[in-house]
Amino acid sequence: MNTPLQPDPTAESKDQTMTGSMTEGTTTSRTAEASATFGGMAARSEEKLNASRISIRGLDFYYGANKALKQINFEIPDRQVTGMIGPSGCGKSTLLRVLNRMYSLYPGQRATGEVLMDGKNTIDASVDLNELRAKIGMVFQKPTPFPMTIYENIAFGVRLHEQLNKAQMDERVEWALTRAALWTEAKDRLGSSAMGLSGGQQQRLCIARTIAVKPEVILFDEPTSALDPISTLKIEELIDELKRDFTIAIVTHNMQQAARCADQVAFFYLGELVEVSPAAQMFTAPKHPKTQEYITGRFG
Amino acid sequence: MSASTLSHTGPGHSARDPKTAAALGRRRKRVDMLVRALCTGATVIAIAFLISILGLLTYRGFAAIDLTLFTTSTRPPGSGGGLLNAIVGSLIQVSIATVVGTPIGMLVGTYLAEYARASTLGNIVRFVSDILLSAPSILIGLFVYQLLVVPFGGFSGWAGVVALSIIIIPVVVRTTEDMLRLIPDTLREAVAGLGAPKWKMIVLVCWRSAISGILTGILLGIARIAGETAPLLFTSLGNNAFTTDLSRPFPSLPLSIYAYAGSPYEDWIALAWAGALLTTALVLGLNILARAVLKVRI
Repeated sequence: MNTPLQPDPTAESKDQTMTGSMTEGTTTSRTAEASATFGGMAARSEEKLNASRISIRGLDFYYGANKALKQINFEIPDRQVTGMIGPSGCGKSTLLRVLNRMYSLYPGQRATGEVLMDGKNTIDASVDLNELRAKIGMVFQKPTPFPMTIYENIAFGVRLHEQLNKAQMDERVEWALTRAALWTEAKDRLGSSAMGLSGGQQQRLCIARTIAVKPEVILFDEPTSALDPISTLKIEELIDELKRDFTIAIVTHNMQQAARCADQVAFFYLGELVEVSPAAQMFTAPKHPKTQEYITGRFG
Repeated sequence: MSASTLSHTGPGHSARDPKTAAALGRRRKRVDMLVRALCTGATVIAIAFLISILGLLTYRGFAAIDLTLFTTSTRPPGSGGGLLNAIVGSLIQVSIATVVGTPIGMLVGTYLAEYARASTLGNIVRFVSDILLSAPSILIGLFVYQLLVVPFGGFSGWAGVVALSIIIIPVVVRTTEDMLRLIPDTLREAVAGLGAPKWKMIVLVCWRSAISGILTGILLGIARIAGETAPLLFTSLGNNAFTTDLSRPFPSLPLSIYAYAGSPYEDWIALAWAGALLTTALVLGLNILARAVLKVRI
């Protein structure tokens, strides 16, 4: 189970709708022009997808007897943004919760298949969850500041995995808050409660807390759905900035957000992966009629 | 749907009869007055009892309170004396019972909320704890009497401490579980998502989030055991002399009230009133403190 498996194009199953696999050295050419627009906004101009960071093979997921994900196969490219879209209950958030094994908190939820990262199947029972979650961080829909100071919120996660002295920790906190575009607003109130921050600030604090641990992958579960447009813009800019160093997967209900942020977009419907394509292609020339219907707002 | 049912001339839309409307309106007002009168009347009766109890208690209690109440122990009738033995005895017993019972209660409540939410064992423990919470405290006194007094051949302060600990545990279990359950799962997921083990999630985040609620429960638990008499009758018995030796019969305020209020001596009856006022003030103070703690936001 734990033998290193290289992403193999021949492993694609029949219901995988990707045209090309995103394996190392393989590029997926786009037919759409970089200037292609969707609903008036420019789609991402990235021409190709990077090598795969996480490979999902034949993944099934169950909430008790209810099958929520059916034979999911796709690749999450390294240091790019993968957007996951689809109507409520389609399984996109469930997939995110499989990636960092959040579902393991709840009895009765289980996954079968393979989620390969660094040659290991992360849904294997033998995987150390705390190590895995240190590598794959998560930002949630609602801001979840801990009931402690801003400084302690950041230091909390770092202390779980590293032993830093005071100066190193100060440096790490500043680094994380700076990367999360919160340093200028928070630097004079590091010792005050994080509960006093605004919603948008709290969400950036949660992002800072996540990157402070120095993960490799960051999962965003509808990170802006509880925020106002200005805060949303800041978070989106942040995601764009963070993908230089982190592999990012974002679940969103907002098609424009997917178009603005994502390099690759995956469309889910009723627990199945209908289509996964580079963003520009997804929004200009979707391959599947269901995708076309969804992104043009005919359902969902 | 046909056009006629939507039109204003249909049977469902005939004009109101003003007489019927007025009669219904009068009836509505009469019922409204009646309900209001019943509620107000019941409140007046309840408040009247409460005020007369507190009034009599304050009147008789304050009359008996002076410095010697706090500086001397009980003496034979007619020779003065205070409640020092009972006050100190209550403080010692309640403190030890709280220190023993609170951690157990918090850990059981944490077990129920964090580890055994829907498990059969959890449900059984929750059920038993709730029964214990509402069980008459005299039963607990009898239980400890059989467990500690009979085998060891005598009443003791320790037996009273055990009985009070048993009483405070389910109070703390209940509030701890309730308060932990108020914490949204997303907060737990956020902690787990950073790679924190479950015990750190509980100790560093969940407890901290719920601390004001749990503290409130503990204070209410203390208030409860501070006023308990029945379980102490079978265990500590009471003691007119000052003592800090918990292996002997042990004094406490509720036992002194019980013993002196029924005595034929005027000065002992006065002591009972003073003790009752002290106990009430303590319980009231703890309740007010509990409310204040609950309001504190972290």
